[in-house]
Amino acid sequence: MGEKRNFRVWRGDDSSGQLQDFQVEVNEGEVVLDIIHRLQATQAPDLAVRWNCKAGKCGSCSMEINGKPRLGCMTRMSTFEPTETVTVTPLRTFPVIRDLVTDVSFNYQKARELPAFAPPAGVAPGEYRMQQVDVERSQEFRKCIECFLCQNVCHVIRDHEENKPAFAGPRFFIRAAELDMHPLDARTDRKDMAVEEQGIGYCNITKCCTEVCPEHIKITDNAIIPMKERAVDRRYDPIAWLGSKIFRRDQLDRPAGYATTAVASRPNAGTTSSPAEHAAAAGAQGDISMNWHREAAVGHAAPVGPDGKLPVTEFTGELAGAQSPFGDDVAFPMAVQDITYQHPTKPDEH
Amino acid sequence: MTNIERHNYDVVVIGAGGAGLRAAIEARLAGKRTAIISKSLFGKAHTVMAEGGAAAAMGNANAGDNWMVHFRDTMRGGKFLNNFRMAELHATEAPERIWELETYGALFDRTSDGKISQRNFGGHEYPRLAHVGDRTGLELIRTLQQKIVSLQQEDFAATGNYESRLRVFAETTITELFVENGRIAGCFGYYRESGEFVLFETPSIVLATGGVGKSYKVTSNSWEYTGDGHALAMRAGATLINMEFLQFHPTGMVWPPSVKGILVTESVRGDGGVLKNSEGKRFMFDYVPDVFRKQYAETEEEADRWYTDPDNNRRPPELLPRDEVARAINSEVKAGRGTPAGGIYLDIASRRSPEFILKRLPSMHHQFKELADVDITASPMEVGPTCHYVMGGVEVDPDTAAAAVPGLFAAGEVSGGMHGSNRLGGNSLSDLLVFGKRAGEYAARHADEAVKRAKVSAAALNAAVETALAPLGRGEGGENPYTLHSELQQVMNDLVGIIRRRSELEESLGRLADLKERVKKVGVAGGRRYNPGWHLALDLRNMLAVSECTAKAALEREESRGGHTREDFPKMDPNWRRVNLVCSLRDEDVRLERKPLPKMRPELMQLFDRAELSKYLTDEELAEFDELAGKADA
Repeated sequence: MGEKRNFRVWRGDDSSGQLQDFQVEVNEGEVVLDIIHRLQATQAPDLAVRWNCKAGKCGSCSMEINGKPRLGCMTRMSTFEPTETVTVTPLRTFPVIRDLVTDVSFNYQKARELPAFAPPAGVAPGEYRMQQVDVERSQEFRKCIECFLCQNVCHVIRDHEENKPAFAGPRFFIRAAELDMHPLDARTDRKDMAVEEQGIGYCNITKCCTEVCPEHIKITDNAIIPMKERAVDRRYDPIAWLGSKIFRRDQLDRPAGYATTAVASRPNAGTTSSPAEHAAAAGAQGDISMNWHREAAVGHAAPVGPDGKLPVTEFTGELAGAQSPFGDDVAFPMAVQDITYQHPTKPDEH
Repeated sequence: MTNIERHNYDVVVIGAGGAGLRAAIEARLAGKRTAIISKSLFGKAHTVMAEGGAAAAMGNANAGDNWMVHFRDTMRGGKFLNNFRMAELHATEAPERIWELETYGALFDRTSDGKISQRNFGGHEYPRLAHVGDRTGLELIRTLQQKIVSLQQEDFAATGNYESRLRVFAETTITELFVENGRIAGCFGYYRESGEFVLFETPSIVLATGGVGKSYKVTSNSWEYTGDGHALAMRAGATLINMEFLQFHPTGMVWPPSVKGILVTESVRGDGGVLKNSEGKRFMFDYVPDVFRKQYAETEEEADRWYTDPDNNRRPPELLPRDEVARAINSEVKAGRGTPAGGIYLDIASRRSPEFILKRLPSMHHQFKELADVDITASPMEVGPTCHYVMGGVEVDPDTAAAAVPGLFAAGEVSGGMHGSNRLGGNSLSDLLVFGKRAGEYAARHADEAVKRAKVSAAALNAAVETALAPLGRGEGGENPYTLHSELQQVMNDLVGIIRRRSELEESLGRLADLKERVKKVGVAGGRRYNPGWHLALDLRNMLAVSECTAKAALEREESRGGHTREDFPKMDPNWRRVNLVCSLRDEDVRLERKPLPKMRPELMQLFDRAELSKYLTDEELAEFDELAGKADA
């Protein structure tokens, strides 16, 4: 049969854990999820992993393979060198439940905060008429399988737990864009909501989400940028800008939730109408078991400036093009010794 | 006594696929406090795998289409074994259910005049399947999921709590239903995440747990398809029908493991692909039955000429009907001429140029390249029969989706009768919408009527806890659940597969009985927190119960019809058409009873012409039909 290969799998729960080494048989044509299943069947019967369809359609088996967010069922073993150790760790942005399974309830909370499709008044079921060319724009985003790899890779929350209350993440920017572009959605304020409620201004378009999307949805180009456009038009309007300098924030009717200042805004640090607080308040009311206080793992250093932030544009950065939150000197797959999966500590320890 | 979380709901829906979500929406719209129990995360259900579309006679693509045509197609597909009333309701209500989805935000592909586009599919007389590319199932799940979120948003606005009237219990498995005084009192299960137990007290339960494919070695189904709803219903005292009917596809991938079970479309054979055994022989020429002899080529040369000149040559035997191809594959493998993985080779690579294959089969090529790094232009595929769908399920009242136990309802793949002996493509997505809605509606109504709600007894609860904890108590010393599972899959694959015969079915019953004893001794290491070994150990007894139903019913039904093929009884028998095989549980054993099929109403019967009916009906039934026709003429 197959040959033995080296696997390192993170095992543990919300209190502690470590990478564990395995020697496991690998056969031609297998994917990483097959190997995890073989580990379950032969060496570690209680190894926790989420999976369902095993055909890249349900988005359950999200994990980090050699440091890169991937679907286990779509990562073929033939893409690794035979001698290479394959390291599998849980998604880093979400709290670990056990082994490779993380608590992704953050995403379901964010889904609830986004107003649903508003059916057009006076159009009876069966009377909906739309042109194919018009539905196609939204259909691209409805391909999303909710694997949450884009949420996991997004550096606004990956290493910044404090941004989670105010930031919905790429998955929900494409949902907003989908509804904004829906030919019959009755709401007209989707773009404003993306800024005010979802914190789209935090995104500085590094395109990491697009890069990891297994459905190849052009998240940044086709959803985030169009959703930002109108907001930018308004926010860079010189008169509005002047107004924002003359008046105090609490005198303005719109919160200042855009990239250059919003990262600094925290609950109970900004104005009463900051998106962070709005979302935090909504979260509290919604009351699901969300752990906002988990200490984030220390990631690979991103190329931040003296202010501790990524450059806003490539003009002020050292490199042309968007900056990677992993650091621009990182190549994938990463060498085993360079993968620093750090386990978040227990919430009640600090 | 373990600490158990308790909840009280009006309606509990077990299963969060299309049928479950649609039922929950309906129950919540009826004002009932509703819980949805999902074995996986919310939105990950197996419904996402459905590609083709949802069949509904909207008549957008062809104005000639209507519910009567759809009804006829469905009955034909099921070889007239369908519950006629379910097929009727399904055909009449499917269009409304599809249009309703648009008001929830669904975006189907469109016709040029802006209506929902409809595509052709096998067995449907007109283009009928509403679709979104090849991801219709995903669109359905996402739409229903988002509708549920939107209802929760309404509840949040009204009560300040998203979950006040409709709550999703994600990654929660139900292991037991409770019946007190002959009616449903609640259900019991565990959170996968924590391993903690949870009790739901409720007068109405809707089963929407899907199918049973995980009992088979080669299947297109996901791990969740362990027949939970089927087994829960039987243990609660309800009955299952048509369990002998499983839909298999003759050519699913058997190797490599990363694509095991995935269907290889028949057009690979239509475009020149041939079946070869491990000796390299193109074996289909040996399997042409006498009745087809005239239409099929006798030499490879003639067969190969057919692709370019079909008028002057006979078809290659690779294009025989599905069950013939499956039978041939089965025979070759059993004769020891199979591939190491237990299939045979489907070779198009050596017969067509890479350019031709890429042009004709782009998505097949892409799928296998992406998922398995298999290049179908370069090497042959290893294929064999794959288990796809179970027609059988909980016996329900057609109008209310109610099972035999008061308070228990079932919809979707877990219910039986709608599809008869074989399901048409596209009918499952519409099935789950139509009957999901009905189940939710009547479950809500039942909750209204249940004024005095039964309490779950402490003894029943204790027993459920004990059963759930037993595998952990036995620890590593017990039988390994993964081993037992793979042995069960092997038995079902080898002995109760696509082609069945008496001796093998009898053997399977013995093997299943052994396995049943061993499953009682299953043990797992580790704790209760997200322990897949433990989860599998608890699923095993469900898989065994439904496997026993399938094996027993398959042995009993001495004919071949739809998804049940008996090598020793190759013909369809009109007398068997009048019989449903009903499974129930007595103590731990499956009991089988024969029950007459409900009789189709005359006006529905008259939608068919006599020549067609004569293929299915007994002489006695035909005489009745003639009498009716005579009266109509008079």
